[in-house]
Amino acid sequence: MERHEYDVVVIGAGGAGLRAAIEARQQGKRTAIVCKSLFGKAHTVMAEGGAAAAMGNVNPNDNWMVHFRDTMRGGKFLNNWRMAELHAKDAPDRVWELEAWGALFDRTKDGKISQRNFGGHEYPRLAHVGDRTGLELIRTLQQRVVALQQEDEELHGDFEAYIKVFAECTVTRLLKDEETGAIAGAFGYRRETGDFIVFDAPAVVLATGGIGKSFVVTSNSWEYTGDGHALALLAGAKLINMEFIQFHPTGMVWPPSVRGILVTESVRGDGGVLRNSEGRRFMFDYIPDVFKDKYATTEEEGDRWYTDQANNRRPPELLPRDEVARAINSEVKAGRGSPQGGVFLDVSTRLPAEEITRRLPSMYHQFKELADVDITAEPMQVGPTCHYVMGGIEVDADTQAASVPGLFAAGEVSGGMHGSNRLGGNSLSDLLVFGRRAGAGASAYVNDLTRRPVPSGVEEAKAEALEPLERTGGENPYEVHHELQRTMNDLVGIIRKAEEMSEALQGIEKLKERAGNTASTGSRIYNPGWHLAIDLRNMLLVSECVARAALLRQESRGGHTRDDFPTMTAEWRRRLLVCSAAPDGSNVKVEEQAQPSMRGDLITLFERSELEKYLTEDELAEFDAALENAVKES
Amino acid sequence: MGYKAKFRVWRGESGEGRLEDFTVEVNEGEVVLDIIHRLQATQAPDLAVRWNCKAGKCGSCSMEINGKPRLGCMTRMSTFTEDETITVTPLRTFPVIKDLVCDVSFNYEKAREIPSFTPPADVKPGEYRMQQVDVQRSQEFRKCIECFLCQNVCHVIRDHEENKPAFAGPRFFIRIAELDMHPYDVRDRRPQAAQEEHGLGYCNITKCCTEVCPEHIKITDNAIIPMKERAVDRKYDPLVWLGSKIFKRSS
Amino acid sequence: MTQTTAESPVRKQRAQLKMRTLRTDRWWLAPALVFAGLMAFLIYGFWAIFDKSYFVAPYHAPFASPCLATSCPPEARLFGLAPFGDWYTLPPGILILGLPAGFRLTCYYYRKAYYRAFWLSPPACAVGEPHKKYTGETRFPLIFQNIHRYFFYLAVVIATVLSYDAVLSFRDKDGNWGHLGLGTIILVVNAVLIWLYTLGCHSCRHITAGRLNHFSKHPLRYRAWTFVSKLNAKHQQFAWASLFSVMIADFYVRLVAKGIINFPFA
Repeated sequence: MERHEYDVVVIGAGGAGLRAAIEARQQGKRTAIVCKSLFGKAHTVMAEGGAAAAMGNVNPNDNWMVHFRDTMRGGKFLNNWRMAELHAKDAPDRVWELEAWGALFDRTKDGKISQRNFGGHEYPRLAHVGDRTGLELIRTLQQRVVALQQEDEELHGDFEAYIKVFAECTVTRLLKDEETGAIAGAFGYRRETGDFIVFDAPAVVLATGGIGKSFVVTSNSWEYTGDGHALALLAGAKLINMEFIQFHPTGMVWPPSVRGILVTESVRGDGGVLRNSEGRRFMFDYIPDVFKDKYATTEEEGDRWYTDQANNRRPPELLPRDEVARAINSEVKAGRGSPQGGVFLDVSTRLPAEEITRRLPSMYHQFKELADVDITAEPMQVGPTCHYVMGGIEVDADTQAASVPGLFAAGEVSGGMHGSNRLGGNSLSDLLVFGRRAGAGASAYVNDLTRRPVPSGVEEAKAEALEPLERTGGENPYEVHHELQRTMNDLVGIIRKAEEMSEALQGIEKLKERAGNTASTGSRIYNPGWHLAIDLRNMLLVSECVARAALLRQESRGGHTRDDFPTMTAEWRRRLLVCSAAPDGSNVKVEEQAQPSMRGDLITLFERSELEKYLTEDELAEFDAALENAVKES
Repeated sequence: MGYKAKFRVWRGESGEGRLEDFTVEVNEGEVVLDIIHRLQATQAPDLAVRWNCKAGKCGSCSMEINGKPRLGCMTRMSTFTEDETITVTPLRTFPVIKDLVCDVSFNYEKAREIPSFTPPADVKPGEYRMQQVDVQRSQEFRKCIECFLCQNVCHVIRDHEENKPAFAGPRFFIRIAELDMHPYDVRDRRPQAAQEEHGLGYCNITKCCTEVCPEHIKITDNAIIPMKERAVDRKYDPLVWLGSKIFKRSS
Repeated sequence: MTQTTAESPVRKQRAQLKMRTLRTDRWWLAPALVFAGLMAFLIYGFWAIFDKSYFVAPYHAPFASPCLATSCPPEARLFGLAPFGDWYTLPPGILILGLPAGFRLTCYYYRKAYYRAFWLSPPACAVGEPHKKYTGETRFPLIFQNIHRYFFYLAVVIATVLSYDAVLSFRDKDGNWGHLGLGTIILVVNAVLIWLYTLGCHSCRHITAGRLNHFSKHPLRYRAWTFVSKLNAKHQQFAWASLFSVMIADFYVRLVAKGIINFPFA
């Protein structure tokens, strides 16, 4: 069996994984990057809008505190405030550093990085390149890895002396040291050959992204099977906030084969408006109380905002994603949807055709080639699509370390940063900020080790992976997968009810049995049926966590909307739901955990009147005390 | 709306294989990749194909459809007639691993041979100032999704395996052009190196790379020809040539 | 480092497909048309060189302009000069045709056209080429394609002369301004198309500002580049349009000179 020894193994080669690997290598660690796809194909390329960083290039009033406030507001104050703070503070440096690695962002007139408006951000804040920012980010990091490899080649005569990419390689188990319980490596297989591979490493950074493939309508690719979530769970770490799943308001709804593919928020940021079948800009009817004074109440004011942002409030099309997604859902349910079951997103009547193709080239391209719709001439049809999971591995904010020693996580697979709802643009900056922190955290952890851990459990992992190939006449994995997607989409989707979620849990229980009995024909060489059979374990585990947590949380907040508990309550804000499981994947439990109070200097960044909408009386008393302290000190 | 389409898909491992016939359902609005997926789910569960985003952004599902290099996710079934037999084969220029999946490591090796972006030592991150007009040419090349269709279609290596060591291919010519036109790159990239070390001189500008590019990057007009012209500046301009001869002698 | 690398067994083989192409469209049509078009031009050009009726006041056939030998009629000489003197007795076209021919032969568009249509290298995208070996433009003689830009400079001279001829065609037989015949229009249209083709040249694009990395510091050159880039995007169309216009103009003048065309406003 192929065996490799490294200091740090990074699983996932998206933005977070690559940034973590670059950091580990820059700190002198021998680093492996393991990814399911080819190098540079990660799901990050799908991010279109930009990376949020309070550089203040377009509006000088912007700074980390404003960004922090926007992030907390967007997450309905459920965020891990320390992460939100670090994120807002570190983001500009992370973006600037990309420029020194060759990234070419769009520019302002005075030659700085241009920044664009986005839902939930008070000022123009998203560094971008047209509508392909994610691609720019991935390519830059990929080329940075190559640059480091070239350095190593000059010094050691081997490109792969310190950093090596294991492309098309899936990790199925994390290996632990039996004695200490610390992480000792990872076990996986090469997709190309089906051969097994063992990594012997004291630190593992999980950067595997999200879980969207458990849903039918999703903007996520096949890779998003919740591998990192499941690996961490099986290794004894905990998942937090799993009930919060972001449904992006604007996914394509037609044709069926592209249903769910993203229509970037920039369409709305650049002037696109949402209309129902009656031609009404319905978003004006859905401005929630907490945002009443921040959004325009008339179309005229909203339209003026695009040219004069200082004196007008922004149009409600730019409300946080959860609000817009719910609004679209309600319009469709009320029978005011478009012919194919979405609503209309129109930019054709708002901007001249050349302007549209210049500002939104890949959207133009995408609709023209996939749906045969010319967005400069007719409206798009859009509807909510499963986009992002706010929940993930519970980590320490500063180092991204999980509760299992040696395990780190960054990006979508980690939880807490975005609270109950992520703002657009905060994902790319999250990747960079916490990717770097995870790489640094893992390096520091390796430095402090006194003894290399010894991996155990390789034989068990191998047997587990081979099971589907050894069975004959079992279930078709594609059917089990499809059934799971239907269950999650219909019963634990954008609007949830207790009965439906209980039904989903029963369904998952049955599917678990079926998944344990899947059979894959063919050889081990690049066999997608076999790969899917292995991935099913992860999807089922994660789905169970989502359903259990969603059933417990009896309120509606951000990416969790309960039909039977339609309001947000301050008591639930103090409670976080944490999911754990036994090493064999059984006994999935969700427990409550208290949300720690915000640090005094952070909470006082907000007005009391705003906090009253979110916090309990006890917490408000803490706020008053913090404010008093601050006054005294000054 | 749906109909039964006739497909011929190349199946096999490590180069040995054959075209297999399938009859498969097609519905309105579908693309070739959907049909391949339907084959996987219903008739050939181990049919290997690479794919990721299914929206033409990742460049994974490169294949040859009726002999033309294309992305499976961007080839609508409505472009074919209902009685047409659609032939799907793996990329021809690279070795096959299985079915439609090729070993494209050639491209990753070539990527390493191009010297990376080299900024000036005295400019700190955050201090970069660039005008939009100065970055837009390089930005066009950075649209590349690395589907490697241009590498695959280029006859220099498609028809002549022996040229592979000497030829980086269109994907990397645009990478060289991107860096050479970058306002902050200080490395002397010596455009003639593109010609001598990376095989730019092999290109006879027959433009197939541009024809197949799913991102519509003007590879030939905006990258390869400008790089050839930049090489001429250094190498075939008689004054420059004379100067380099004299200076070489004196130094 | 203790690493057991298990490189998979050698399986470096392309898909074994025997057919030259699996394309089902009419991929051979474009190279066939190009072949026919260029052949027609070559045949006509060969005939035109040896045809002596290249001048009839005020029209000068483009294939024989400028006329630099004493064998030319005095009105046909460029600025009345005949620098080549008496000793040169061959057709005047031979003296100058090398310049536009060289320009077009090394032109980045025509290279694509004839490499595909004549050399079949490749005949069309994803269609196998018949050659065993291929070295592209890396060695003699094709390495000389790199001198395209010098032909561009010379082509500018030729385009200027053709424009001058077009201007002169506004005079009547006796040298008085104000004439306008069908020939005048044809020569003017031809001159315009020749300019659109010449200025859209890739080398011209490079010279204006393509070689620069900071457009923002050279606004005038950047504007020129932007203009040339627009023409350059249509280089193929202008290449064909000017190829046919010069052939038509040349043939028309010769027909007038031979008296075959003799209507009043010819």
